[in-house]
Amino acid sequence: MTVAARGATAPGTMAGRPRVSRQLLKTDDMKGYALVSPALLTVLAGLGAPIVLLVLYSFWTQNYLTIDHTPTLANYITIVTHSIYIPVYVRSVAISLAVTLTTLLLAYPVAYFLAFDVKRNKIAWLIVITLPFWTSYLLRVFSWKLILGYNGIINSGLKSAGLIDQPLEFLLYNPVAVYLTLVYGWATFAILPIYVSLEKIDRTYLEAATDLGDTAFERFWRITFPLSLPGVSAAFLVIFIPTIGDYVTPAMVGGPNGSMIANLIQSQFGKANNWPLGAALSVFAMLTVTAIAMLIVWATKRMTERIG
Amino acid sequence: MSTVRSWEGEGGKRFRLGYILAFLAFLYVPILLLPLFSFNDAIYVALPLKGFTTKWYGQLFANKVLHQTLWNSLEVALAASLISTALGVFAAKAFTRYEFRGQRLTYGMVMLAMILPEVLVGISLLLCLNALGIPLGLHAVLFGHVLFCLPFAVSVLMSRLEGFDRSLEEASLDLGESGWMTFWRVTFPLILPAIVSSLLLTFTISFDEFILAFFLSSTETTMPVYIWGQLRFPQKLPEVLALGTFIIVVSTALIVISQMVRGEEITHAR
Repeated sequence: MTVAARGATAPGTMAGRPRVSRQLLKTDDMKGYALVSPALLTVLAGLGAPIVLLVLYSFWTQNYLTIDHTPTLANYITIVTHSIYIPVYVRSVAISLAVTLTTLLLAYPVAYFLAFDVKRNKIAWLIVITLPFWTSYLLRVFSWKLILGYNGIINSGLKSAGLIDQPLEFLLYNPVAVYLTLVYGWATFAILPIYVSLEKIDRTYLEAATDLGDTAFERFWRITFPLSLPGVSAAFLVIFIPTIGDYVTPAMVGGPNGSMIANLIQSQFGKANNWPLGAALSVFAMLTVTAIAMLIVWATKRMTERIG
Repeated sequence: MSTVRSWEGEGGKRFRLGYILAFLAFLYVPILLLPLFSFNDAIYVALPLKGFTTKWYGQLFANKVLHQTLWNSLEVALAASLISTALGVFAAKAFTRYEFRGQRLTYGMVMLAMILPEVLVGISLLLCLNALGIPLGLHAVLFGHVLFCLPFAVSVLMSRLEGFDRSLEEASLDLGESGWMTFWRVTFPLILPAIVSSLLLTFTISFDEFILAFFLSSTETTMPVYIWGQLRFPQKLPEVLALGTFIIVVSTALIVISQMVRGEEITHAR
């Protein structure tokens, strides 16, 4: 699966060929670039150039119906000084971190089960566990609106059971509903990276630890868990990045108090029609995500180095 | 600590199995509400169930707008899967076969769409197309989907090419085949399972993709954008449930096939 593949093909593991001669290297350079160029040009045209434009836009300003191209920090100043923007960023980071940590906790035992307990029919187990993830994201999010809604399953169920008279309104349209729905939407995605790193652990280490008198818990804490850290950190990024930028879930179950960065950005390109401010909000989001992602990568490196 | 102790080791096996079953229930129960209520004879999704009906499916098959959006989505997904897999085959070969200057940077660029929140990809593309005066529509969605699918195609294909015996290609070249014929007669058949799996995966991703299509589709909508629009109208709800059920069944079939084709590689990750 994709995540498994991503874990297995980290840049560090790329085919390392001995450098035979300058001449050969030259041809390797050429062959490599010739092969990768269609993909690379597509990405440069479709992502590189647009992101440069996005950054430029963030320094321009909306002047009623036209764009003022004089470079200015006005949009960034607006973001920092207006009381509506920063709280949405803080909320997004908080929700997304909570979602990521919860999914990691939920997924770890599943990955452990797959790696160590399942001996036969691994593929069948993997398919059963990852299947819901591949059915429409929109519909999976929507299913939580059906569950939590004013006339939804919980409320109508409790009502017909005679436990409540009035529907419970606190279920939907708040940050908790966003958190729950995101956990549901992404729970399976954390399993594969962790599974791959557990599966790679040399089983003789575990036997050695047992022979040397480690209890099952010590063995887990001193060998299995540290060796699975690269998978845990990969899973962290795989969940954190898309959840912090998620538009659908906050829009569907968040209500005004549960909206997140993507909703804020989208409204600048829609109703509010202030593209430069939207661009600045996007750049700000990109920087936030990159900073947190780098922090995680750095922390994992530190932790694995200490163990090694 | 004691919870960790209880699921580690032989004694915790039964505990873990119980946990997995609870986890599977958490995954499956919400999504299975869609098929359940798609056969319910009521506009509102509420308990208790009213009675069995297939009329929502009847409405679905009579809905002309829906057929057009389905067709749009299939077209975009088919094209996006073919283009991203084709680009991916060459890129994956470059990354696994050759060591070239700037390889890490190039790899990072090609995989960029995977580490950027999707909404940012959509916004930047929207700005760019607008600046170039290119109108929005299905071709814009297709371009966005190719960018979004490319990293997935590259990962799937790289994992296959890495566990691949290069001496087979060398033998072919030594025996006088040209580089192109070697690719066509040796490399291609060997990586065919990964290609099929990449096609199915990218097709599913594109078919399901909402954000990029939401920003870039304009009036020619794809299926997820159409569903998003329908969700605003309560009376359309049962029809959406029936449509959702249909989509779940089809994407399940595609993913099961894709995983069976690739299955061996995952379990032999070690």
